[in-house]
Amino acid sequence: MNWISNYVRPKINSLFSRREVPENLWTKCPECGTMLFHRELSDNLNVCTNCDHHMAITPRERFNALFDSGIFTEVKIPEPIADPLHFRDQKKYPDRLKAAQKATGEKEAMLVAEGEMGRTPIVAAAQDFSFMGGSMGMYVGNAIIAAAERAVKLKRPLVLFSAAGGARMQEGILSLMQMPRTTVAVQMLREANLPYIVVLTHPTTGGVTASYAMLGDVQIAEPNALICFAGPRVIEQTIREKLPEGFQRAEYLLDHGMLDRVTHRMKMRDELITILRMLMRLPPPVAGDLPAPEKAETAEKPAEAAPAKGKKA
Amino acid sequence: MTTYLEFEKPLAEIEGKAEELRALARKNEEMDVEKEAAALDKKAADLLRDLYKDLSPWRKCQVARHPDRPHCKDYIDALFTEFTPLAGDRNFADDHAVMGGIARLNDEPVVVIGHEKGHDTNSRIRHNFGMARPEGYRKAIRLMDMADRFGLPVVTLIDTPGAYPGKGAEERGQSEAIARSTQKCLTIGVPLISVIVGEGGSGGAVAFATADRVAMLEHSVYSVISPEGCASILWKDAEKMREAAEALRLTAQDLRKLGVIDRIIKEPTGGAQRGRDAAIAAVGSEIALMLAEMSGRKSSDLVKERRRRYLDLGNKGLAA
Ligand SMILES: [Zn+2]
Repeated sequence: MNWISNYVRPKINSLFSRREVPENLWTKCPECGTMLFHRELSDNLNVCTNCDHHMAITPRERFNALFDSGIFTEVKIPEPIADPLHFRDQKKYPDRLKAAQKATGEKEAMLVAEGEMGRTPIVAAAQDFSFMGGSMGMYVGNAIIAAAERAVKLKRPLVLFSAAGGARMQEGILSLMQMPRTTVAVQMLREANLPYIVVLTHPTTGGVTASYAMLGDVQIAEPNALICFAGPRVIEQTIREKLPEGFQRAEYLLDHGMLDRVTHRMKMRDELITILRMLMRLPPPVAGDLPAPEKAETAEKPAEAAPAKGKKA
Repeated sequence: MTTYLEFEKPLAEIEGKAEELRALARKNEEMDVEKEAAALDKKAADLLRDLYKDLSPWRKCQVARHPDRPHCKDYIDALFTEFTPLAGDRNFADDHAVMGGIARLNDEPVVVIGHEKGHDTNSRIRHNFGMARPEGYRKAIRLMDMADRFGLPVVTLIDTPGAYPGKGAEERGQSEAIARSTQKCLTIGVPLISVIVGEGGSGGAVAFATADRVAMLEHSVYSVISPEGCASILWKDAEKMREAAEALRLTAQDLRKLGVIDRIIKEPTGGAQRGRDAAIAAVGSEIALMLAEMSGRKSSDLVKERRRRYLDLGNKGLAA
């Protein structure tokens, strides 16, 4: 055990055990109907062990599985001004936000963190579909910009997991302006020659697809994820015909040349490590369980985490 | 023939009466109706001015969509010389919803790109009502690239209900095409200015309107979603479009407060559809002004400032 895991892990674990106390011990797979025990399901990253149906996974659960030993440091996101348009539909926007915060235990629809994945330093961002449909407003835009800026600063690649119904309507035009804003973020990575990998998860639609989620150097999707600009219902209403089976699903997009790969969630981490290490010109990953990364960690971490202290050895 | 909008019905009645009187007088020479008709004309003019003085957001949407408003082609024909349309995305097709090419504005060569809606049934179908497919965005990308290489400023004219929601459009990568077009807007080292002349419909508009300077005609709209679409999602009732239009802040006036656009171009009384030539001329001088403002700047500064503009956008809300 090195000092980082001793110090940080208990905190993260306690956070998790609180969030993960399941209300129901059993979850029914919406695809095949199999009853899945919660442990079995979470060990399989919310993928049905019977039919491989990929259910939603929160950004925190994903990061816990993605980063080595579940250790990651959240990147601070600049706070946008609240309710910029004073928007109200049947509810006030601030009330909808509060309800989403209460239901998810998260502040907003995107989580950004830095850490190591297979001892490959990365910055990762994940969108939370359970938070107002993952919708993209000022906060999500700020999160992507902060992620890109952090990646550029640390000279690390960015891995982004997208999941969103589209723009945050309650922020009106400002949600639309996240398309150019996040595209500027992608441009920062491009100009720093840092890999930007997008993992498209179910569903990724609307303005999100038409900006940062389609601009990756490598585009990977989870199986059967719905990925589109216009939703299937809108299209059916417009063209008045039935759409083919699997239309706008990950495999369909792969066939039409819009994706590089479709990858099972349980294989995603290894695949990301493999790709990123090649693009970053790092040596191949070590297979199997990693040895305690005593030397590497202590050599690298203090320089990043606490540059002012250092020099203890 | 005037096409009246729903809220212009009282106006249609008065103008109709005046026309009736004059028609009667034409048939019957002894009749003198001019005094009466002139009074009606005056009444109509007053009403028109009142109606347009303070248009609600929903009424602005209707005006922005008015079929008699000048469209992209009208602006290009009137304002530019030597317009040479350039077609195709070199990959799949030419999209008639997007027109573009090289032309001169006050003798200076520029690249001009815009959405064209068409003006009658046939041309509307041909132009797909201004709803672009991926080929349209890819054609625009090609033209912006060309402008960048030859140092020509780019002028875009925005007038679209949105990108086309069709099967083929999706299969050929509608979202990727829009994303790349926005990306291209953010990377070219030449001045890029944009005027929203009618509807600025969501991502389909952003793809061309990510610019150094953005102007809007007084009664045009620019929104993340149509009021009808927003109403059916958030109010679960498409008939609540008035409320949605209000909440979305899609008018030129609100968008300037938010810092999304820089300038508002005044329309003639009764909207651009009633004074087409004046509206076109006003857009022309505004384009010239914005281009003059951007000219002589270094490529790298243009790109840097354009990106800064979008990074900073929204940080002040309505107080911008
Ligand atoms: Zn299943």
